Amino acid sequence: MNKTKTLYDKLWLDHVVRSEADGTALLYIDRHLVHEVTSPQAFEGLRIAGRRPWRASSIVAVPDHNVPTTDRSSGIQDPVARLQVETLDSNCKEFSLTEFDMADERQGIVHVIGPEQGATLPGMTVVCGDSHTSTHGAFGALAFGIGTSEVEHVLATQCLMQNKSLNMLVSVDGDAPSGVTAKDIVLAVIGEIGTAGGTGYAIEFGGAAIRALSIEGRMTVCNMAIEAGARAGMVAVDETTIEYVKGRPYSPTGETLEKAIAYWSTLHSDEGAHFDKVVHLDAADIKPQVTWGTSPEMVVDIDSVVPNPDDETDKVKADGMRKALAYMGLEAGTPINEIAVDKVFIGSCTNSRIEDLRDAARIAEGKQVAGNIKLAMVVAGSGLVKKQAEAEGLDKIFIKAGFEWREPGCSMCLAMNADRLEPGERCASTSNRNFEGRQGQGGRTHLVSPAMAAAAAIEGHFANANDLV
Amino acid sequence: MQAFTQHTGIIAPLDRPNVDTDAIIPKQFLKSIKRSGFGPNAFDDWRYLDAGGPEIENEGRRVNPDFILNQPPYDKATILLARENFGCGSSREHAVWALDDFGFRAVVAPSFADIFYNNSFKNGLLPIVLDADVIDDLFKRVSENNGLELSIDLEAQTVSCQGEKIATFEIDDFRKHCMLNGLDDIALTLQHADEITVFEEKRKQTAPWLF
Ligand code: SF4
Repeated sequence: MNKTKTLYDKLWLDHVVRSEADGTALLYIDRHLVHEVTSPQAFEGLRIAGRRPWRASSIVAVPDHNVPTTDRSSGIQDPVARLQVETLDSNCKEFSLTEFDMADERQGIVHVIGPEQGATLPGMTVVCGDSHTSTHGAFGALAFGIGTSEVEHVLATQCLMQNKSLNMLVSVDGDAPSGVTAKDIVLAVIGEIGTAGGTGYAIEFGGAAIRALSIEGRMTVCNMAIEAGARAGMVAVDETTIEYVKGRPYSPTGETLEKAIAYWSTLHSDEGAHFDKVVHLDAADIKPQVTWGTSPEMVVDIDSVVPNPDDETDKVKADGMRKALAYMGLEAGTPINEIAVDKVFIGSCTNSRIEDLRDAARIAEGKQVAGNIKLAMVVAGSGLVKKQAEAEGLDKIFIKAGFEWREPGCSMCLAMNADRLEPGERCASTSNRNFEGRQGQGGRTHLVSPAMAAAAAIEGHFANANDLV
Repeated sequence: MQAFTQHTGIIAPLDRPNVDTDAIIPKQFLKSIKRSGFGPNAFDDWRYLDAGGPEIENEGRRVNPDFILNQPPYDKATILLARENFGCGSSREHAVWALDDFGFRAVVAPSFADIFYNNSFKNGLLPIVLDADVIDDLFKRVSENNGLELSIDLEAQTVSCQGEKIATFEIDDFRKHCMLNGLDDIALTLQHADEITVFEEKRKQTAPWLF
């Protein structure tokens, strides 16, 4: 029998508490991240059943979805949102959980602050009541999103009942051309395998182009594994991973660190390990990507045109394309770089880390946001990212160019707070979902990289960021 | 949790792939700290012509007459017929709560997004995966027969329509058992509390940096 294992196999086996006859396993959870939207009902359930969190120290909580990105000194104006954030505060207090509340400089998007604090470490199982938990797989961790009932289950038992997924390898080979970022790579992957292509799989991203990415870039790629249908995405541990992790508040030190590194260094797929599905992409073929429709798989190169549903042979797909074009107010055949935008959003757990802001600032430096742009905003992923960016003077570059510089949170990624699109408005967004209504009812979202979003802001329409440097 | 054994009800056809959880329950309703009351806002953007929100009364809003769930008899449907990748996107369990609160007991589709699929079982909503051609056939039957009913037998893992068994479906034993008996899976897991403790103690030795 083949004894070689994939990274996913190793992570899985290390966390099995018990297995049932039908293959279901009880998995131990090392880290539980909690935010305000998907946790109140779980805490309520816990209280009703008279239970307490199994291991309070495994939990890190933060409000992010509902927090305002403007001045916070007077609190949250929306009473419903305020109640939800206050409920998180009081639940954390009641059960003695670590929380970075709205006033804490470490507050930010849950998937940005976990890694930033070293609360996400290689080899962990990481869960959160949020589908983009896949982000943390960038560290060679098994990380996946869960629903509220599962949040309650983890709170009460430190475990989850799980069925093992199949193994998929997405290998992005060769070198990415200059100006092609992690976001372009992952959009190209989704364009290739489709939004349901990864359903039932755990995806390991490998290949030279992935290895060459920074941890920030790997997080961007793993973040969108869920958009390819996979609950978990991951990248093997290497020097880049270990260097990033060292010295963070939750990271081990001294002898324990040495012991940890010895273990972390085993977290890669064995030579010859079996994958149920393998997809190869050549990085050299990838160009800056722009989505044109209402699903992340509806994506093309910046040099392309809006595709024509008449060319699609699958009837259900062609219908979906027609609905998307109608919603997006686009006509087949329109060159992508002629599509004008109204708003620009740089932020979200996909692209709000320091490297993303540097990328966007590089394009915006010394230029002006175009006159047709109603709002261009930059929302750092955390208070610490914001502070770092300010130390580097990035805030000045953005503000001078005409961007708004906001407080950290999810913001216009899902528009639960005041940051949103009005019906019919078109947005170049560095977030991860272009679903109907995602950024506001009737709003039209095009997913792009930070550099491409900045380029759209400067030009007033989509443009190849490479042409602006 | 409500048990699911057998169910017969009207099928509502929702003929589009990739129906995401943002569409099933838009974000503004996620500000609630309760798990009930989402039914009137299920598919809110499609169901109404004007904007809705947690502070807006649904009564008096303009209903979209073209949306299937606004058309009798589908407003009384208990089984949703959908296309591939149903429930993709956000992990929000509110989507399942909204479908359940609307009155749905089952969703039938060629494929489901993983998190939605899991969430359904926690709430007594049965997600049934059937072959794409069986789904096609069901869409056809429904279009020819307004208010058509489907019968689901979880014990036998079968679906029947117009008096004929049209398909069997897969479901893993553990989920089936919980669903048939309406079991709370936290209590089930806590039966193994000792094993969890043993595992945890061992882990403290082998990976002390995690504690
Ligand atoms: S930034 Fe967007 S995708 Fe990420 S956690 Fe927040 S709402 Fe979800």
